[in-house]
Amino acid sequence: MIQATALTKRYGPRLAVDHADFTVAPGKVTGFLGPNGAGKSTTMRMILGLDRPTSGAVTINGVPYQHLAAPLREVGALLDAKAVHGGRTAYNHLLVLAKANGLPRARVDAVIDLVGLHSVAKKRSGGFSLGMGQRLGIAAALLGDPGILMFDEPVNGLDPEGILWIRNLMKALAAEGRTVFVSSHLMSEMALTADHLVVIGLGKILADEPMADFIAKNSVSYVRVRSPRLAELAPKLESRGWRVELQPDASAHVYDAEPAQIGDVAGAEGLWIHELTLVQSSLEEAFMRLTANSVEYHAGRTDAQRALESAEAAGWGTPQVSQNSQVKEHIQ
Amino acid sequence: MAASQGVLAPPVADGAGTGHSHFGRLLLAEWTKLRSVRSTYWSLIALIIVFPFFCWLFPYLTVANWKQATPTQQANLMLDPIGQVMAPGQYIGQLSIAVLGVMVSASEYSTGMIRSTLLASPHRVRMLAAKSVVFFLLVLVIGEVVSFVGFFIGRQTLKGLLTVNLNSGDIRQVAGGGLYLAMLGLFALVLGSLIRHVAGAITGIVALLLVVSGLISLIPGKAGKYLYTYEPTNAGFAIIAKHVPDNFLLSPWEGYGVFAAWTAALWILAAWLLVRRDA
Repeated sequence: MIQATALTKRYGPRLAVDHADFTVAPGKVTGFLGPNGAGKSTTMRMILGLDRPTSGAVTINGVPYQHLAAPLREVGALLDAKAVHGGRTAYNHLLVLAKANGLPRARVDAVIDLVGLHSVAKKRSGGFSLGMGQRLGIAAALLGDPGILMFDEPVNGLDPEGILWIRNLMKALAAEGRTVFVSSHLMSEMALTADHLVVIGLGKILADEPMADFIAKNSVSYVRVRSPRLAELAPKLESRGWRVELQPDASAHVYDAEPAQIGDVAGAEGLWIHELTLVQSSLEEAFMRLTANSVEYHAGRTDAQRALESAEAAGWGTPQVSQNSQVKEHIQ
Repeated sequence: MAASQGVLAPPVADGAGTGHSHFGRLLLAEWTKLRSVRSTYWSLIALIIVFPFFCWLFPYLTVANWKQATPTQQANLMLDPIGQVMAPGQYIGQLSIAVLGVMVSASEYSTGMIRSTLLASPHRVRMLAAKSVVFFLLVLVIGEVVSFVGFFIGRQTLKGLLTVNLNSGDIRQVAGGGLYLAMLGLFALVLGSLIRHVAGAITGIVALLLVVSGLISLIPGKAGKYLYTYEPTNAGFAIIAKHVPDNFLLSPWEGYGVFAAWTAALWILAAWLLVRRDA
């Protein structure tokens, strides 16, 4: 269990993390999502006692990291930046950490086998590829058999097989009842691994909710209908209780209905159709909408517009799929 | 918690104190760190070769050129033969220990290793203490060995010219070689921890050893004597001399005490900053 209370980090005039409150619970994978520079790494470093919070606090099982008696037994962490001496072999790097916490040598061998670094364990880590470096970092995180695991951008530099491996590893660790906290700037990656989502943008926590809720709120879908007799069809669809929005390009967006249902109605009425397409907005897009205001300060907007947007972002109950060309549509 | 089977088998046995980052364990970890990087070996091998070599070279050249030596040079050797034997080895050998001391601490920052280190030992002062103890003892042991080996080589080389006796009162001069190197190593380690940058800290310590220490002896008057005496490496270097120079205000042991006091003060500063600064 990781608990942050009004956690704040200020670098000069810039608030890297701004009164963040969140809880990371055991037994599931919690995704920590935010654009680059949102404060993910800073938050993780504060959790691990590497950076001092300017104000607020964060505890691990109720205790600040600095006061953990057996740190590697409680928390294992993979940090985004390299945290190894390149002149030391992978084996010796892990041995140093094991010695510092009185962990048996057998653990070093066990984690080396687990991450698949056996063949290069006696080589200096300075020559490792990005992917091998990640594996070494993961081995270090698993060394103490900890109840809490933190991974900062773990899939960076891994090949597809490695990505699949780390995904399954995180799920397996959570299934064993451990707390798994993983950061990423890719919504698509989180959608595949995380059970719970904490979204951060410009240091502020924007969302903290189960993944399923996030998907339900944000994966808006509608059916695009084209028909030469749309004017006659639209009232028939609306009479079924479906919301119909006529578009300038002579199509209509129909909400709350399946394509088949619309086709059936059209067929029954003898109205022919030229297109019937299910359109779904992606989670990536929902994430971008959520963090759009916190990524950068857009020039040339009125305060009223900005207020409207932030209200929308804060509520984001019924996101609209605009006709904006930036919107990517996943057509099924 | 000790989640057991599955992903992380074999599990860690849960006994009393399992996983605690005790001081003793940190000593082991720091020792493992030292012996698992090549810079330690290179620096110590350089010391082991160069220190005795210079303890041979200068007495050899002295004997070979004895007739051309000035009366002052001859008098200096007769007055303090042990100091004359030790000084060249010490002067050159100190560089490898200074560099190694800086690397031991500052390379943790340049490589990012400090983050792994602090995750395993979040009590930062305890970590710095363990690192300091291990490195001080390692340099002390090796420093004493090279000092005595260097002394005996130098004494043997001078045999045709004069007999150098190692009386109990003179042991301080030889053992002081190891003591000086150990304190210098710790001083450099602390400097590396303060500056957190290998090249910067090495430049600083080498400038102190080779430039500042000599330069301040040129300052005239009482102030010059004070500055010369209390400059940390000059103060420490006095431990190998039979008689301190005229512009040195303290006894050899007092000088070493000044060096130790400097080191202790900077150590406390380094520990305080280590706790305060983000890693």
